[in-house]
Amino acid sequence: MELIVNSEAHTVEAPEDMPLLWVLRDMLDIKGPKFGCGVGACGACTVLIDGEPVRSCVTAAADVWGEVTTIEGLPDGERLHKVQEAWIKHEVPQCGYCQSGQILAAVALLETTPNPSDDDIDAAMDNLCRCGTYPRLRAAIKTAAGMEG
Amino acid sequence: MGKIAKYTRRGFLGLGIAAAGGLAVGYYYYQKPYPNPLPGTLPEGAYSFTPYVIIGTDNQITIITPRAEMGQGIHTTLAALVAEELDVDMDQITAEHGPAAAAYHNSGMMKEGAPFPFFEEGFMAEAARGAMGVVGKFLALQVTGGSSASTDAYEKMREAGAAARETLKAAAAARWGVQAKDLTTASAAVVHPDGTKLNYGELAAEAALLEPPKSVSLKDPSEWKILGKSQKRVELLEKVTGGTIFGIDVQLPEMLYATVVMAPRFGARPASADKAAALAVSGVQKVVDIVTTTGAGFGVVASNTWAAFEGAKALAPTWEAASYPADTAGITALYEAALEGEESFTLGGEGDALEALTEASDVIEAHYSVPYLAHATMEPLNATAQFKDGKLTLWLGTQAPGIAQTVAATMLEVETEDVEVITTHLGGGFGRRAEVDVPLYAAAIAVQTGGKPVKVTWSREEDIRRDTYRPMAVSKLRASLKNGLPDALDMRVAAPSVTKSLMARTFPSMGSAGADRSILDGGFDQPFSWPHSRFAAHQLDTDIPVGFWRSVGYSINGFFHESFLDELAVAGGQDPLEMRFAMMKDERHAPAREVLKAVADMANWGQPLPEGVGQGIAHTLSFGTWTAEVVQVDMRGGSVKIEKIWVAADPGLVLDPGNFEAQITSGVIYGLSAAVGQEITFSDGRVEQENFFDYDALRMAGVPPIEVSLLTNSHKMGGAGEPGTPPIAAALGNAIFAASGQRLRDLPFGKHVEFDLG
Repeated sequence: MELIVNSEAHTVEAPEDMPLLWVLRDMLDIKGPKFGCGVGACGACTVLIDGEPVRSCVTAAADVWGEVTTIEGLPDGERLHKVQEAWIKHEVPQCGYCQSGQILAAVALLETTPNPSDDDIDAAMDNLCRCGTYPRLRAAIKTAAGMEG
Repeated sequence: MGKIAKYTRRGFLGLGIAAAGGLAVGYYYYQKPYPNPLPGTLPEGAYSFTPYVIIGTDNQITIITPRAEMGQGIHTTLAALVAEELDVDMDQITAEHGPAAAAYHNSGMMKEGAPFPFFEEGFMAEAARGAMGVVGKFLALQVTGGSSASTDAYEKMREAGAAARETLKAAAAARWGVQAKDLTTASAAVVHPDGTKLNYGELAAEAALLEPPKSVSLKDPSEWKILGKSQKRVELLEKVTGGTIFGIDVQLPEMLYATVVMAPRFGARPASADKAAALAVSGVQKVVDIVTTTGAGFGVVASNTWAAFEGAKALAPTWEAASYPADTAGITALYEAALEGEESFTLGGEGDALEALTEASDVIEAHYSVPYLAHATMEPLNATAQFKDGKLTLWLGTQAPGIAQTVAATMLEVETEDVEVITTHLGGGFGRRAEVDVPLYAAAIAVQTGGKPVKVTWSREEDIRRDTYRPMAVSKLRASLKNGLPDALDMRVAAPSVTKSLMARTFPSMGSAGADRSILDGGFDQPFSWPHSRFAAHQLDTDIPVGFWRSVGYSINGFFHESFLDELAVAGGQDPLEMRFAMMKDERHAPAREVLKAVADMANWGQPLPEGVGQGIAHTLSFGTWTAEVVQVDMRGGSVKIEKIWVAADPGLVLDPGNFEAQITSGVIYGLSAAVGQEITFSDGRVEQENFFDYDALRMAGVPPIEVSLLTNSHKMGGAGEPGTPPIAAALGNAIFAASGQRLRDLPFGKHVEFDLG
């Protein structure tokens, strides 16, 4: 099968039902998307497909309909995405394991809702974080949106 | 931001980054320190005589931060301790985890394992702490736990930085022909009185030939430039670019992928398995039998992780019966019987509580319970192992590299030196990653892969169903009042010993003796003056493995004790805050009064609130940090909406306020998730829950604003990672009572009330 990941084309030999997550991690050595639950319940594996957030652990690689973006493909060359900059400013990460997925979910939210309300953030950001970085995560999204500090 | 490429794919185990010709210095003043483990790992031409500082001739400065970075920011705080005294800026250093080595033992953790309250400083308490610290050194426990990393490192890592600084100054003095005392240091350079500078890298080779000073004087805190101020995390850029290498991200040439299917009935052996069906799955290469001290089962080796998971499903094993009752009702019956039986031991206590309660006219009695809990770290458990030429290498996100090394060597019957543990970043730990089951299973598989490395990733289902659980516990509390104030308390707790369970699976030949204070932590050691009190452990051990879970016993008894105090306040017609003040009479309890006062001010405690809205308060002293919390709930809509949480915490000394606040908040949310909805139950001898859909934690929408204030009245430094957790369940339950009159005594509360989680 053919996959475009972070603007690079790959040809992969994989079973039809193999989830995108494992193709990325174990075959293409793209480790940003994380395994968390395998059932689409936590969001650690979030990637963007044509800009839409998708849980790659429950998406068969064969069904991928567009270009895949992982955290590795988010910066524009040497320049971090504004969401990554906001994550640094607010020092969001603790263990950091869920943050690739959180950042991509936030990027997708700000694409569709440039000035999200708290309710918008609550609705869009349901990825799990066991370190409980939620308060700083919320503040960082607002900063990335240019809404506050 | 010009360094993305460097950070996103930086090599881990970066010890090699010290340039050839570098210098490793470090220092701490112990009578007989363990050998410095660094020399053999440094490039040709490098020198080292102690364990914490490496300086390259290119002025690359690496600080060894030998505690597990699992999100708590410890690499930053430990590096700051060295950097402060070494006189280097935080952006001039790299923090590295370093190897598993005796030199990095944690004596701070063992010290507070002595069975005395934190504020007790009598001769016996201090002697016991000293002895326990020596035990920590003797056993060389390089463990990250007990919120002890900063307290353990506080002296020795500053001394390491100061000793290195003085040695570099001596080298500069020799080169310039001046006296070292006339030189100063700043930003990784020695400065001549005339303003000329020599950077540390230029001096490294000469300094390596010098003896470090026999003693150093440390800066007064008023001179600190780094400590006491919030620092950017050293690993921040990596963590927002996907560059951090967790255990699960380890990638090696010729690596195989595997998973495990371990006995879901703890202590049971496999009865049957369809290995042929597993091997028929595309990509599956091998099914391995695993028998270890921590459990028995199978490893499924494949060409990728997903194939291993699919093979594991096809294996469809059956298992022998469990030794304990098959369901939660049966297990609960064991607990209740233990609670009614004779106590195993008591700790602390004053007066004669049993006599006072016999004579009291009114006795208030309550029964409380908490369930087993899983850790559910964000990164599922995993380890990578390679067994080649009689030597084992483990790539492992671990809180206890030295123990993993020892236990794996014992299992494989090789020398301890033939096991190398390379510690990766940890995607959460919370106590789970101190266990040896993960590396043991990986090692058991690796001996059967013909020398190829194998990465063993547990499914989330394995992770939840084969945990070492926070124990279930039940408590019976009885108390009497005098003039409206508490007079006598008898607190009985039935729970297993975490230490005994851990020792049985980790060091089965050693056995374990003595009282496990964790059964009563959060009860007997709290800052209250009771005329009469008694704290009794009714120990009850089963084959269900129990382990360290963020704040351990305090997560249990903090809830029991602080909820029951709220009941006593109601019974005595007292304000719960004022009643606590009245009971905290001793001068040594002053920090508790201060954090309660602070949190009450923040929450505007005592203000009139609408019917259906309530505030609850609780305080627990744990891991040396006095922590008071207020929760406000709104139940006017029928369900419980958690509106806001206020916290005042006093760790005596705050090395990094931003990070401390983040840790307290993290601990609060971790405990809140458990209080609201987490529970591990049993049926058919197995854990019933298996993934985040039936063992969930709070998401963004369910977490209210949390305001944290830090105080520094305490007499010695406390920890950051755990103290936020213990008071939160009681504060929430007390708030629900204030709002509704409904007293909840069994966790999780979600079984009894509905929560509005957004």
